[in-house]
Amino acid sequence: MKTITKLWIGLGSLAVLSPLGLYLPEKFKAGDAWGEWGPEKIKELVGYVPSGFQKVSSMWNAAMPDYAFKGWGEKGLGHLSLAYIVSAGVGIVLCFGGVYFLGKLLVRKKTLK
Amino acid sequence: MHIPDGYLGPVTCIAGFAAMVPVWAVASNKVKNNLNAKQVPLLAIGAAFSFVIMMFNIPIPGGTSGHAVGAVLVAILLGPWAATMAVSVALVIQAMLFGDGGITALGANCFNMAFILPFVGYTVYKIISNKSSIESMRRVIAAGIGGYIGLVAASLCAGIEFGIQPLLHHTATGQALYCPYNLKVTVTAMVGEHVLFFGWVEFLATALVVKFLQKQEPALLQIGTEVAK
Repeated sequence: MKTITKLWIGLGSLAVLSPLGLYLPEKFKAGDAWGEWGPEKIKELVGYVPSGFQKVSSMWNAAMPDYAFKGWGEKGLGHLSLAYIVSAGVGIVLCFGGVYFLGKLLVRKKTLK
Repeated sequence: MHIPDGYLGPVTCIAGFAAMVPVWAVASNKVKNNLNAKQVPLLAIGAAFSFVIMMFNIPIPGGTSGHAVGAVLVAILLGPWAATMAVSVALVIQAMLFGDGGITALGANCFNMAFILPFVGYTVYKIISNKSSIESMRRVIAAGIGGYIGLVAASLCAGIEFGIQPLLHHTATGQALYCPYNLKVTVTAMVGEHVLFFGWVEFLATALVVKFLQKQEPALLQIGTEVAK
């Protein structure tokens, strides 16, 4: 088997297994990563929402927040797992594409010189 | 370790980008000069690997969760500058499309995870593996320890960035404007959880893939010794 095929199989397997990254924290009652809380949680932790934080924290509207589809926040783990796998697939394709494009552009510049 | 928008004030955000601009410039140059066209797909796979491995959140039971980054693995395969490029692209996509890590904090996040992490980890890997053969167990251990120390170093940087916020930005009455915790709290939390838990996740991810490649594709491990000049 070609090396690149093997690596793609590895990436595909990781994408399919990725919902483990949702399921395990849920199962072991672990919360967000440290320092990645939303405004409600900050208020709970320190008693107020810092005003700069309030302004900046919601300025960016991601297309697939938290690796889920918009409005799926309240759906069950099954739906979220599906969205997670789709996110993994999208992310893998974009990362591969982005670096492939950048890399080819740079390496080609060299051969042109 | 993806610092969201709102935790870092303008000074730290701008410093993060200011630090990364020259790093990105050198990384582009190094990739241009050291990699050949056949190695570009491998680097692209490395970026995709880093992206997906970061989705595997591992819980500290009843506590926080965290994950590996895979940056040291990419550095071992194609050199630390190439790793900077691969992980930066993964972080940009995570921030823009998935809201994981802030847009304003992107410079700082890249500094921690795409610069400090691969360079510290790779240096440790080089020192420990020294001139051992590509297929030796020593390289597997060296890769693991490199991953561990790299991630801990990155967490220390993140802890410092969080912790200086109350000093830099606060109201007249002493309320924080951004991250409300001081250095002692942030560094203890960030470094502590990575020393005890998440560093080992990076250890395993890095060591296992190197072990797997030794068995399956030893030629890939050979590239790293040639391109990382």
